[in-house]
Amino acid sequence: MKFAVLVFPGSNCDIDCYKAVEDTIGQEVDYVWHTATDLSAYDAILVPGGFSYGDYLRCGAIARFAPVMSEVVKAAEQGKFILGICNGFQILTEAGLLPGALLRNSGMQFRCHSALLEVVNNATPFTNQFAKGEIVDIPIAHGEGNYYCDEETLAKLEANGQVVFRYKAGANPNGSVNGIAGICSERGNVVGMMPHPERAIDQLLGSEDGKRMFTSILNAWRERHGAAVNG
Amino acid sequence: MKAKVYVTIKQNVLDPQGSAVQGALHSMGFGEVGRVRIGKYLELELETSDRAEAETRLKTMCEKLLANTVVEDYRFELEG
Repeated sequence: MKFAVLVFPGSNCDIDCYKAVEDTIGQEVDYVWHTATDLSAYDAILVPGGFSYGDYLRCGAIARFAPVMSEVVKAAEQGKFILGICNGFQILTEAGLLPGALLRNSGMQFRCHSALLEVVNNATPFTNQFAKGEIVDIPIAHGEGNYYCDEETLAKLEANGQVVFRYKAGANPNGSVNGIAGICSERGNVVGMMPHPERAIDQLLGSEDGKRMFTSILNAWRERHGAAVNG
Repeated sequence: MKAKVYVTIKQNVLDPQGSAVQGALHSMGFGEVGRVRIGKYLELELETSDRAEAETRLKTMCEKLLANTVVEDYRFELEG
């Protein structure tokens, strides 16, 4: 299985994502520059956190028009696995691959700490190694992670099981509607989340709950490609 | 031709920046200040003299890039 970690000017979690793939599942992984025009070699695309294009205008607004993004849209249509983390989540909503938008945190503070999340949907390619309802510890670090969508979209997300992670009851750090921390596309192959699983892959980092997001992806890919795949 | 573009957060969407500024103004003694909303102001120089075309293209610019219509409203003025 082969991973792409997209790199925009201003990405700063790209190395963490690359290392997380290497360290947790030992699969092939490449950095792919924002000007790339071909992602056909990759099975999974990680859109990392950071401040793409300085977050000028709005978080993710400019990155969404980078050449590589039309390839990401294509890959999403093909059913490939796409995970946007933090700024990556903002980029995926700007690109229309996920509904809604991320607003400034309701408390105005940049929140940077570990966060307890409830696994709401464990049937996505990114969460199959978790139990439904399990509480996991994955850190957040964002100033604009307040997920917002209109009521109609929210009802649809909840009804379709597209809410993947929710902040643990009573611990919503940013004012997100229904405490939403991460969502997926209707098909489930595109996930966006504000917390950083790539920063929770070892107890030295405070938690290794993020590990299972990477093992989930490999597991989903193997299931899709049959048990004959080794490595 | 010069275009002035104003991007504001929709009325029904929380504006934490506006609320913080409102709080600051109140604490400074400007108690008469009601709701505060913060938006963006952009100036664009357009190399065209066709007003109708400029309006059409500005609308597209706003909807594609300058505003996120999920959470923001926009309006613009053309000068010259």
